[in-house]
Amino acid sequence: MARPSFFGLLLIAPALAMIGVLFLYPLGFSLSSAVTGPGGELSFAAFQKAYELYSTDILFTLFIVIVSTLLTALCSIAIAGILTLSETPWLVAILRSLYRWPLFIPFIVAAQCMRTFLAKNGLMNNSLVALGLMEPIQATSFLDWRGIIITFVWKQVPFVTLMLAGAMASIDRATIEAGRNLGASRLRVLIELVLPQVAQTLLVGLVLSFVTMLSVLSVPMMVAGSQPTMLTVDMAFRINSYGDYATANALGVISYVIAGTVAWIYLRHNVKREAQI
Amino acid sequence: MSGKMELSPGPVGPLPLKSLGQTHQQAAPSRSTTAMWVGGSLVFKTLALVVFAFLLFGPLANLVLWSVAERWYAPFKLPVSYGLRYWEVVFRPTGDAMSSLVTSVAIACLTVVVALCVSVPAGYALARLKLPWRTALMILFLLPQAFPSVAIYINVARVFYSIGLTGTIPGVVLVHAAHGLVYSVWIAAAAFAAVDKDLELAARNIGASPLRTFFTITLPLAAPGIMASAIFVFLESLDEFTGTFFVGVPQVTTLPLLLYNASMGGNYQIASITALILLVPSVLFMIVIERFLKADVLSKVGQ
Repeated sequence: MARPSFFGLLLIAPALAMIGVLFLYPLGFSLSSAVTGPGGELSFAAFQKAYELYSTDILFTLFIVIVSTLLTALCSIAIAGILTLSETPWLVAILRSLYRWPLFIPFIVAAQCMRTFLAKNGLMNNSLVALGLMEPIQATSFLDWRGIIITFVWKQVPFVTLMLAGAMASIDRATIEAGRNLGASRLRVLIELVLPQVAQTLLVGLVLSFVTMLSVLSVPMMVAGSQPTMLTVDMAFRINSYGDYATANALGVISYVIAGTVAWIYLRHNVKREAQI
Repeated sequence: MSGKMELSPGPVGPLPLKSLGQTHQQAAPSRSTTAMWVGGSLVFKTLALVVFAFLLFGPLANLVLWSVAERWYAPFKLPVSYGLRYWEVVFRPTGDAMSSLVTSVAIACLTVVVALCVSVPAGYALARLKLPWRTALMILFLLPQAFPSVAIYINVARVFYSIGLTGTIPGVVLVHAAHGLVYSVWIAAAAFAAVDKDLELAARNIGASPLRTFFTITLPLAAPGIMASAIFVFLESLDEFTGTFFVGVPQVTTLPLLLYNASMGGNYQIASITALILLVPSVLFMIVIERFLKADVLSKVGQ
């Protein structure tokens, strides 16, 4: 077993071929297409065009994804914190059975739900009006950047919470109880004792959510139709309306850079952590 | 509470575990204010839970309402008239929805077959055989999930167009299988890693060939994990929108594409019923997943 197994390579070859043809080749294609001019020469004209036409959308995408990630972090920490630290068994039991529901709901179904729920005459506004919390005249449609953020947070919180609650359940209860014994409030125990021990898991969950939200096409298309919109919609528009692969691929490369930056921050944090240990 | 805390029981001595939660209330309040505080806390917790449940299920409730609303327009808070007319339209044997459902399920089944054909050998190799750069190979399978996928799919569509695969079922199946490969390979590898090696050695000792050992010992023992990966791939394929949007159009209409077209066309009833059909397998999966993905397999995922 000391030398690499030829048989093993043979077994894994079909899977590798599939990744090569259906992922690596198109990836290389998109990179080369973004920096190639119409005559086949090296050119950054596509990036310049992408910047001129879509600089607002690049900022809009960054804004949406960063705000959604931060809100997801906040909600997940709150829910996982209650699940771990609450002393009210019925609250924990109900919350545990509730929070997972959106986990396996597809993005496109979530988008359709929100398209009706957040509309001007949707169930949200109607319920608020019926409860007397809002005047009918105040009802506004949330189907813009707020709608995209709400959909993303609604869909991603269960995922991050699941990871976070699992990590919190496996940390040493003694440290939590010691903190409580010494008179620290539960909020303080959560922030100063529990969170530092699960920071790694939280970061992994948030990085995965960030990249997922960056690549979703259906939610920005269905929840918010108008300008400004997210880069995924712009790419689809460039292809379907103009067949303009150069600009679309330049936008694609920009989204790789955004995803890559986040992955780099994560890896750097990891290296730092390992250096400390 | 600065820095690290000592784990000593403290000056009060070992407390009974039940009273741990109350020790921070230093000043003993009178009985009536305690009752009020507890009552207020109960009301607050219940209220918070109700708001949470509303935000969680409100969107889904709206979906269900739309699916049974025959007429629903602006000033009315609830549908004007209810009925199952649109359900009949969707489930009419000759309708678009039924053909989309058949297309979707067929594509998902084919995707599972393709993904398992390549991931079972790959998973076994990653779990049991010595491979160079094993970690790098594992990460390679993760990449299609970790990259913004729209930019990949537009180029896949371009390549497929030149070889006549756009708008065909095999084209869509290939895209879905590549997308689901991370689940199938990682979970299959974890499932094979969780099989006890001694059982295989015992079978070999009493004279079974390697191939027979694999098919009578290893594969049956890894089957629940592989089943879980198949379910994952099936669902991913059923719910996939972006890849089908670029590669499948205009001939291949899966349920997510039907939902999109209906919703953008303003036909919320059809869109909502399609969305509910898509929800069924997702919810079933959430209920049964723990049966298939056992803790011993789960702890080995990604290793």
